[in-house]
Amino acid sequence: MVEGSVTWSLSDADHMTAAEIYGEMLVRLGEEREEVVALTADLARSTKIGKFEEKFPERFFNVGIAEQNLFGIGAGLALAGYIPFISTFAVFASLRAGEQVRTDICYQNLNCKIIATHSGVSFGQAGSTHHCTEDISVMRSFANMTVIVPADGIETAKAVRACIDWPGPVYIRIGRGFEPWVHKDDKYDYKIGKGIEMVSGTDITVIACGPSVYAAVDAAKTLKDDDGLSVRVIDLHTIKPIDKEIIVKAVTETRRIVTFEDHNIIGGMGTAVADVIAESGKGCAFKKVGIPDEFSIVGYPEDLYNHFKIDSEGVIETVREVMGKEYEEDEDWEDEM
Amino acid sequence: MPLSDSELKKLEEKAYQLRKDVIQTVAWSGGGHAGGALSQLDLLVALYYKYMNVDPKNPEKEDRDRLVLSKGHGGVGYAPVLADKGYFEFDLLKTFNHTGSRFGMHLDKLKVPGVDASTGSLGHGLSIAVGLALGAKIGGKKWITYCIMGDGEQHEGSIWEAAMAAAHFKLGNLIGFVDRNRFCIDGKCEDIMNVEPLDKKWEAFGWKVVTINGHDYNEICGAIDEGLAYKDGPFLIIANTVKGKGVEFMEGVAAWHYGGLDGEKTKEALASIDKMYGK
Repeated sequence: MVEGSVTWSLSDADHMTAAEIYGEMLVRLGEEREEVVALTADLARSTKIGKFEEKFPERFFNVGIAEQNLFGIGAGLALAGYIPFISTFAVFASLRAGEQVRTDICYQNLNCKIIATHSGVSFGQAGSTHHCTEDISVMRSFANMTVIVPADGIETAKAVRACIDWPGPVYIRIGRGFEPWVHKDDKYDYKIGKGIEMVSGTDITVIACGPSVYAAVDAAKTLKDDDGLSVRVIDLHTIKPIDKEIIVKAVTETRRIVTFEDHNIIGGMGTAVADVIAESGKGCAFKKVGIPDEFSIVGYPEDLYNHFKIDSEGVIETVREVMGKEYEEDEDWEDEM
Repeated sequence: MPLSDSELKKLEEKAYQLRKDVIQTVAWSGGGHAGGALSQLDLLVALYYKYMNVDPKNPEKEDRDRLVLSKGHGGVGYAPVLADKGYFEFDLLKTFNHTGSRFGMHLDKLKVPGVDASTGSLGHGLSIAVGLALGAKIGGKKWITYCIMGDGEQHEGSIWEAAMAAAHFKLGNLIGFVDRNRFCIDGKCEDIMNVEPLDKKWEAFGWKVVTINGHDYNEICGAIDEGLAYKDGPFLIIANTVKGKGVEFMEGVAAWHYGGLDGEKTKEALASIDKMYGK
């Protein structure tokens, strides 16, 4: 067992959803730290935070269907010295209670950890009211907020473990929980704010977060086998603070970048990456893929990922398209600085 | 039990001085929420000079009583109280609202010692107060959480989410106030959006409620005593107050929700306060 690992065997974890793993991890943190409290707004079952309720009923609060109050109470508990883990669907955390998150939690720089589930289009058949393709954009614009989008269950466990000692408010965005796993084990180095190179490559870099990381890793294999392309894949699990170093290195070394995310292409991870590229002074071929500026359609999540081209097929198609584009082949960076 | 003459005199003298400090701060600030600052003042004086366990030399003392000024725009009437208690130098108030100041019209906990929660956007404070009271309850802490709300603020739905939760969690360590001065920005609360019957609403949400004259120290302290003795759940004090209390030209005038004071108006306001206290 490596230090800081998720502390249970993969045979157990393999058939658990990211949210279930979050629930397990929260129980462990509750055992270790008595200041950990958990809150939800009538979504203890859906967000799997109920595991904590079973173990620590006196430190668990269900406020009913009242999200503004949920985050306000969380702020009060943090002011009283606790570390609140607050869970609801991403759409309610970022939009229904957006002002409470901003003003009560971020403005006061409180030690609240928000674990939002059912993000992006992962709640497929529930439709646009329950999809959340705006939360990365909203949350990363709040000063003091850290924004994390784990790629899968293992990474969710690592993020939840890491966030407890990361100062201030943290937003961890997970899906509904049926996304495929990309990390094969937990024996890798995870640091908030540092992206992970999943696949090395020199022709093009695919930067992804959330379930798109699996799609990108899967696509990289096909692109290597069928097209002979050397595709670098980066799991950019932390959107804020963003890992500038890994992005600028990719620009310099591969000169083509595409981003994939289960979020509106306006203001999400792709936009954050674009900001870093623009400020680096280095040009490159670039494309953002995600949910376009429209309300998402209803369907099974995997069908929606396909529809919005954020599945493996979509990554393959986009990478081929960007590889076919012309751009300045000049190797002299000096004129671009 | 009624206050002793000396205790009553002490509180009223403090209120007299602080009403003048508030006017002075409004003048320095270039504009402030004078009406609501003066209506809430006697509640703050009773809390800070008779009830609250606080230590201005150690503002973050763990077992201190907490106050959440949910009507955050009352900051211009709260900061002079904190200055007088000794949380910071009184002269700092001269910077109120100025560029780069620690004091904006809504006080920031991270910048102003003595403030237990940053507030400003209405309808947020009671939820924070519920969290503080809940924290005390589960941690076996003895502190009392007080929360002063506005009456226009009662329009916010989140107030009622928090009211429901406070009763549900049986927070016998939470005392709320409604500074019932009857005005919001656009006019009389009842004309904008009727909040009556306010006492019945809070009772229906599971709170024990008393209604008092919010400028009468015997009534204010009697209600707080009753609230401290009541441990079965949250306790609400609806304090009937006068917007702009103490300054004749402000009293009951909606326009004095927010306003500025030039030299002459400041003198007039201070003279009016002298007159009210028979000075």
